[in-house]
Amino acid sequence: MNKLPIEHLEKVEAWGGASDGVSYVYRPSTVPELQKVVEFARQNGRTIGARGGGNSYGDAAMNDENILLDMRRMSRILDWNPSSGLITLEPGVTLSTLWQYVLEDGWWPPVVTGTMMTTIGGCAGMNVHGKNGWQQGPIGDHIRTFDMLLTTGEIITCDREQNSGIFYAAIGGFGMLGIFTSITIQMKRIYSGMIDVHFDISPNLEGMFSFFHENVEKSSYIVGWMDAFAKGKSLGRGDLHSATYLEEGDDPNPQQTMRLEKQHLPATLFGVLPKSMIWMFMRPFMNNLGTKMINTAKYNVGRFAGSSTTRTPHAAYHFLLDYVPDWKKAYGSTGLIQYQPFIPRDNALDAFKEMLTLCQKWDMPNYLTVLKRHRPDDFMLTHGLDGFSMAMDFRITKRNRADVTKLAHELDRIVLAANGRYYLAKDSTLRPETAVAYLGQETVDSFRRLKAKCDPDGLIQSNMWRRIFDD
Amino acid sequence: MSAKRPLEPQKNGIVIGASSGIGAALVKELAREGYNVAALARRQKELEALREEVDGLGNGRCHIYLHDVTDYEVIPALFQQITSDLGGLDLIIYNAGVQTAVAHDEYNFQKDRGMLEINLLGAVAWLNEAAARFERTGSGQIVGIGSVAGDRGRIGSPIYNTSKAGLHTYLEGLRNRLTRHGVGVTTIKPGFIQTSMLDNVPKTFWVISADEAAQRIIRAADKGKQTVYIPARWGLMMLIIRHIPSFIFRKLSF
Ligand SMILES: Cc1cc2nc3c(=O)[nH]c(=O)nc-3n(C[C@H](O)[C@H](O)[C@H](O)COP(=O)(O)OP(=O)(O)OC[C@H]3O[C@@H](n4cnc5c(N)ncnc54)[C@H](O)[C@@H]3O)c2cc1C
Ligand SMILES: NC(=O)c1ccc[n+]([C@@H]2O[C@H](COP(=O)([O-])OP(=O)(O)OC[C@H]3O[C@@H](n4cnc5c(N)ncnc54)[C@H](OP(=O)(O)O)[C@@H]3O)[C@@H](O)[C@H]2O)c1
Repeated sequence: MNKLPIEHLEKVEAWGGASDGVSYVYRPSTVPELQKVVEFARQNGRTIGARGGGNSYGDAAMNDENILLDMRRMSRILDWNPSSGLITLEPGVTLSTLWQYVLEDGWWPPVVTGTMMTTIGGCAGMNVHGKNGWQQGPIGDHIRTFDMLLTTGEIITCDREQNSGIFYAAIGGFGMLGIFTSITIQMKRIYSGMIDVHFDISPNLEGMFSFFHENVEKSSYIVGWMDAFAKGKSLGRGDLHSATYLEEGDDPNPQQTMRLEKQHLPATLFGVLPKSMIWMFMRPFMNNLGTKMINTAKYNVGRFAGSSTTRTPHAAYHFLLDYVPDWKKAYGSTGLIQYQPFIPRDNALDAFKEMLTLCQKWDMPNYLTVLKRHRPDDFMLTHGLDGFSMAMDFRITKRNRADVTKLAHELDRIVLAANGRYYLAKDSTLRPETAVAYLGQETVDSFRRLKAKCDPDGLIQSNMWRRIFDD
Repeated sequence: MSAKRPLEPQKNGIVIGASSGIGAALVKELAREGYNVAALARRQKELEALREEVDGLGNGRCHIYLHDVTDYEVIPALFQQITSDLGGLDLIIYNAGVQTAVAHDEYNFQKDRGMLEINLLGAVAWLNEAAARFERTGSGQIVGIGSVAGDRGRIGSPIYNTSKAGLHTYLEGLRNRLTRHGVGVTTIKPGFIQTSMLDNVPKTFWVISADEAAQRIIRAADKGKQTVYIPARWGLMMLIIRHIPSFIFRKLSF
């Protein structure tokens, strides 16, 4: 092992802030530069990992004491066809850049994450889903083709015909097969810059599920926000936001509403509080009592307001979280983790009830709990299935780490018993045996075989790889 | 590199000069506290025995490296190799040191040079690497094992005194550079510790065991202390000794 230049040494955090590490960070801006870094890693006996926007909650985009490729400088839009909606991007392009680029031509990304700071490479690496998972599937279902650099130095093109095995494994393969260098993806046609957002509440988890059931046909997006503190008959109560695209002709003046300046929220909330300061006001509530108060208040405000429909700009609907900058700071310096199991439709209600109750019993109800609907897909390490996911945020403190770990492993039993799956982008606690249990030994072996083919020297690694898949 | 679990942070430490005495005790103490430890020295058998003894004391693992601190050229790469094997670094302790017996009328450059190279230059070579890393990452603790012998130049061992005085001053300089970056630097000044080093010392008192010394050193580092005498009563003793006027000191026989 040779000495690497200290100028590249940087502290790197998990997005949730509950763990950090140190890496030699390189920021290539072209494919040849990227190739050079890969060669450099090989010559110096180091492993390399890729990092996009670093929005994975845990250790997926970290590679401690080794080389980390920050891909955000490879961020050119290589090709855009406004009549077909096909766009070819370098992997470091963020969703933020993407939607702003295509919107005025009447297009929107078919799948978006809850933050627009994600990169297209990171989204492909994790095969992200949106609030329209049951309808549009994961982002991989909209990727037509991609180019990927292997550690052998070769760049391969993969699509559903060519190198199809690698296509289905690299999407969702958390960066372990190669480095995406360009991705072509189909945008979705829209007929307005606005979307109709319907707001409703449900008194319990059964109600949440029936809402999904009744609305999947007519809605384009649905998401449920639950109050994880409510017990007994109110278990799983919460708010529901569904949204429906406007049809052609619904918006009398689409050219106007699709203008970029129509998409942004005002810079202050309620006209007084600068957005950048909101998290400071949230901070005092980030404990069991405070969150319980907020959840109760939120639920009751919803109850009195009743159901309603508002026409909202796309960006404001999809990227609500981005409008409270640094909201995660409200969790304090030791951060948070997320636990997001995916459970088949028929088992989901019982499993989620059991999980919510278990967290309450341990006195660790989640501060943010989000319900979504999904569909199965063909990707090798997929988290998708015909069912629901429940994203559960746990605040991490200096003292509760061991307990959260134990609780997560208790929850694992419920998930596995219900034939559930996991989503690596959100994971911090998965153990190798649990991964084998939900993926199946055969799938894990096939993935390893593909990795050995694409990366014969095992040069690509991450903290997550070493934690879950490296024997 | 071993797997790292996000919710189970692992502390990592390096001890240079770890095959016997205080260094070996430091490795054991760190292992008990759950650290992954890298132990470095020249004697292989001793290091292997230490690893045997330490593995299983805590959650951490013990890595050993055969190394002579005067191989300065290998240090930058070895330092990175170790941080990679450990998976990170929180604490580095420079403990390697020798005190070569010299007669009161002996002026032997070879002996003197050996002490300076091991006690002082080795420290600079190692701790510069750690300092550069910690300054960039904004955290970390550096500990240097000096000596009460570095507080005055004496007739018995001018160069041993010099090497430790130089180490103290170097550590002070590092502290002044690094505190502003969130990095702690601790200077340890032991009195008499029960190790083979005392074999050459005619008169001893207030002797404590290497284990006790190690516990005190780790406690001082944990608390981010700047300069610590061990045992503490040496602080007062050295305050007095430092103030003995030269015209008296010149006449003393220690
Ligand atoms: C506030 C918030 C809301 C979120 N909402 C959602 C949501 O609604 N739906 C959802 O699915 N996810 C969601 N996520 C998770 C997030 O979308 C995923 O973690 C996504 O992968 C992040 O993209 P990124 O660019 O930040 O990638 P990173 O987190 O940096 O990396 C993700 C993975 O992709 C790999 N990778 C990155 N770039 C490349 C490349 N060029 N080539 C090969 N591999 C690469 C990395 O190695 C890593 O394994 C959310 C996260 C946050 C913080
Ligand atoms: N004992 C005391 O009373 C006392 C008092 C004040 C200060 N100190 C200081 O405490 C430290 C530890 O001493 P100790 O009492 O524990 O004595 P020790 O048992 O002799 O320990 C010295 C350690 O330094 C290592 N070392 C020496 N030269 C080295 C080299 N060239 N390269 C790598 N490692 C080297 C030795 O390992 P190898 O020989 O295997 O390389 C050994 O592990 C020293 O710095 C000493 O000056 C001791």
